[in-house]
Amino acid sequence: DLNDKAGQFFNSGHTNNWAVLVCTSRFWFNYRHVANTLSVYRSVKRLGIPDSRIVLMLADDMACNHRNPKPATVFSHKNMELNVYGDDVEVDYRGYEVTVENFLRVLTGRLPASTPRSKRLLSDDRSNILIYLTGHGGNGFLKFQDSEEISNVELADAFEQMWQKRRYNELLFIIDTCQGASMYERFYSPNLMALASSQVGEDSLSHQPDLAIGVHLMDRYTFYLLEFLEDIHPSSTTNMNQLFKVCPKSQCVSTPGHRTDLFLRDPGRVLITDFFGSVRKVEITMETINLSSPMEPLPER
Amino acid sequence: MGLLSDPNRRRALIGMLTRLNAPICMICYMAGVAWFMGLAFEPFTLRTYMSENAMGSTMVEERFPAGERALATGREFAAHKKKTGGMPVDWLVRTMQARGLEVYTQRFSRKLPFPDEDKERYMVKGTNVYGILRAPRAPRTEALVLSAPCSPGNENNQAVGILLGLAQYFRSQIYWAKDIIFLVNEHDLIGMQAWLEGYHHTNTTGMDWSPLQGRGGSIQAALSLELSSDVVTSLDLVLEGLNGQLPNLDLANLFYAFCQKIGVLCTTQGKLPRNDWDTTSGYSHAVQTMMLMVLKQASSRPWGDHGLFLRYHIEAASIKGVNSFRPYKTDATTVGRLLEGMYRKLNNLLERLHQSYFFYLMPSLTRFVSIGYYMPAFGLLALILLLRALDLWVQLSSPPTRTTEDGVEVVPASPGVLSILTPLVISHLTGVALYTLPVLSQELAVEHFPVSETEAVVLTAIAIYTAGLALPHNTHRLLAGEGTEQGWKVLKLVAVLYLAVLLGCTALINFSLGFILALTLVPLAAFITPHVPKTLSAVVMVILSPGLTLLFAVFFFQELQETPVTLQEGWMLYLSVISQGILDHALYGSLLYPLAALLVYPCWLLFWNILFWK
Repeated sequence: DLNDKAGQFFNSGHTNNWAVLVCTSRFWFNYRHVANTLSVYRSVKRLGIPDSRIVLMLADDMACNHRNPKPATVFSHKNMELNVYGDDVEVDYRGYEVTVENFLRVLTGRLPASTPRSKRLLSDDRSNILIYLTGHGGNGFLKFQDSEEISNVELADAFEQMWQKRRYNELLFIIDTCQGASMYERFYSPNLMALASSQVGEDSLSHQPDLAIGVHLMDRYTFYLLEFLEDIHPSSTTNMNQLFKVCPKSQCVSTPGHRTDLFLRDPGRVLITDFFGSVRKVEITMETINLSSPMEPLPER
Repeated sequence: MGLLSDPNRRRALIGMLTRLNAPICMICYMAGVAWFMGLAFEPFTLRTYMSENAMGSTMVEERFPAGERALATGREFAAHKKKTGGMPVDWLVRTMQARGLEVYTQRFSRKLPFPDEDKERYMVKGTNVYGILRAPRAPRTEALVLSAPCSPGNENNQAVGILLGLAQYFRSQIYWAKDIIFLVNEHDLIGMQAWLEGYHHTNTTGMDWSPLQGRGGSIQAALSLELSSDVVTSLDLVLEGLNGQLPNLDLANLFYAFCQKIGVLCTTQGKLPRNDWDTTSGYSHAVQTMMLMVLKQASSRPWGDHGLFLRYHIEAASIKGVNSFRPYKTDATTVGRLLEGMYRKLNNLLERLHQSYFFYLMPSLTRFVSIGYYMPAFGLLALILLLRALDLWVQLSSPPTRTTEDGVEVVPASPGVLSILTPLVISHLTGVALYTLPVLSQELAVEHFPVSETEAVVLTAIAIYTAGLALPHNTHRLLAGEGTEQGWKVLKLVAVLYLAVLLGCTALINFSLGFILALTLVPLAAFITPHVPKTLSAVVMVILSPGLTLLFAVFFFQELQETPVTLQEGWMLYLSVISQGILDHALYGSLLYPLAALLVYPCWLLFWNILFWK
């Protein structure tokens, strides 16, 4: 009844959603990493998170690369149905600005005073944050731009800083790289849920090449993730347990992994839209409420 | 105590070295030759693989449609070529402009040191025509080159036709990130040298050329196409360039990958691939292919128009179309598609090719041996020289004493510097004579003898070479007294070390040349002393001398190419090889002729000197 309804309504403790989407590799043959990030960006925008709440970091510009035979587009599938670049993409960190230092500064909020708002993660203690990383990785590290790496220890410490500064309510971390599960091994802060495309010792594989463009268009895990997310709409009640089932070994060749021991709620009660969408807690009621009549106390329980 | 610092052990080691020196040398020699022969054995080689990440797999869609139109253009080119009697410059310029390229021409002229059989005149004049396809969206910082030679007669018309066909097709694509330069060069290598010098603003060979009006940025890779028939049965890849330099192995891997994808038969050294490596005939086939590559690399001349690019650190290869009597023919559209695929992949490059090997030998197109595997063969041969030097040094430091009639022990006096320096200086002067006189004295020779200039140059060279054999008998008359036992040992020590350094440096730059020279010179250096039987050793020395090594190499090369020659034809071929070597040095800076004349021949003369010491 009312209490239950209220309990359901305020099921999760968050009031706003943020997304930090990072593509760490450059060069034309890493087209698929940019396509990965842009497809998650597209889903997240479609489900309601506005550009002002998304920090998009792309290390290279594939749409305008001289080698792109279809300029100003980034495709996720060789049937060219879905141009994930779209008309209104807003990249906050581009090219050589995508560095380990900038990424950690964005997460922890230690940015110089001159940084514009679009480049900041202005989250508070009631924000649910989605963090998506893709690129080339290994056991315990992720490579940024062919010149530096971020280790899983650094990442775990950054999340702990975020927790201590109350910069998130709950955080969903998704990583699509080789040996991705090694990146969430060291997490120790509460309310973190993590998904990775492959276990330690496994490579994450790309989905399919497109002969006209001449590169692999997307990675398998994100391709099936995108397929899964295309079915989600703002009022879906799909929960996280379904997300864990995305891309089983038969489709992905690698074994996706996930980690929920630090998360306080039961994953079965966490909605996909809690992280991927920005769902307003609005309930439309047809009843009229008379505000002039005296209040009646609730019956004792 | 350490092995070398303990005097007893040192004496034992030195004793063993001096006693077993000859057997160890023989074993090293046989091991070196066996190692070299083993390089062609398939389990000892590695399969080729693509090392450059940016080029990835053959993941492109080739859509070149216009093979027939390209052949028609080739026929038009042939007709205009016949009409103008040389390079049809105006027609080429018009055609390239019609295809949307930026066209420029370059005139060049070169005075040859002596007219060779091909040119029959001193002055070579020509024009290069090239068109630049600008990348639609990229800055003009990098370029790729596709070239076809303008050959006299009916050769290579189809190559120019396909070049123009590809130019038209490439012009309508928007994915080029580098400029593509389509070059038609006249007089093969001379024209190519003029163009490269003009492009890079260098003038190393004294050629006269007009400066290039248009440029395209730093060249990343180049392909040279030679095609003289409408259909081909196989495509042959030529890699050997000037001074034995080879392009990056990734270029060969790229070619092979596309051959496999499109289904064209591809060969290297003109030998068909076989997969019966465990039979003797299969193994000998692999050895033949590898020996062809070794001989071509040792000749230090560029075996295709691509050979001159390598000096500028531009990876380049030549693709030759071969039309033999096989049933399966490949048409021009397929050849065009193969080139299109290769250029699309080269377009993806972000840096110059550098991930794969620069020094390798290929027993077949799918197998290679890298420098780490083939160098020990040479190292074993060089070891012989070092062992001999050690032996001589030991002997010199403890000379056997002589007792005179009075019963007094006399230690023979060590030889003066002059007795060592004289043979050195005289040998090198002979070498300088061999290097300079043939070209300088050709007019004199033509006046007095009924020969053409080319023959005069070659025969003068052979004459000076043979005259050098008479030397030792004269140098000793100049010095007072007869040669001493110590004297020849010191000279031999110097000569052996000199040979070791010379062969070592040569092998580092051009392994094949170093190895072939080592095969013949090292046994001779090891075993020549004044005490061996004179006439027999003299004959053996002459047979193992660099001049006759070249003669045998010429005959062997013809055998390997399955076109054996008679003695008469072989001799004429040998003479033309010598003249070509001298010309290559003058025109392109090939180092074989100066190396042989100024360094190897004097070294051999030193050993000749030692043989006739007494």
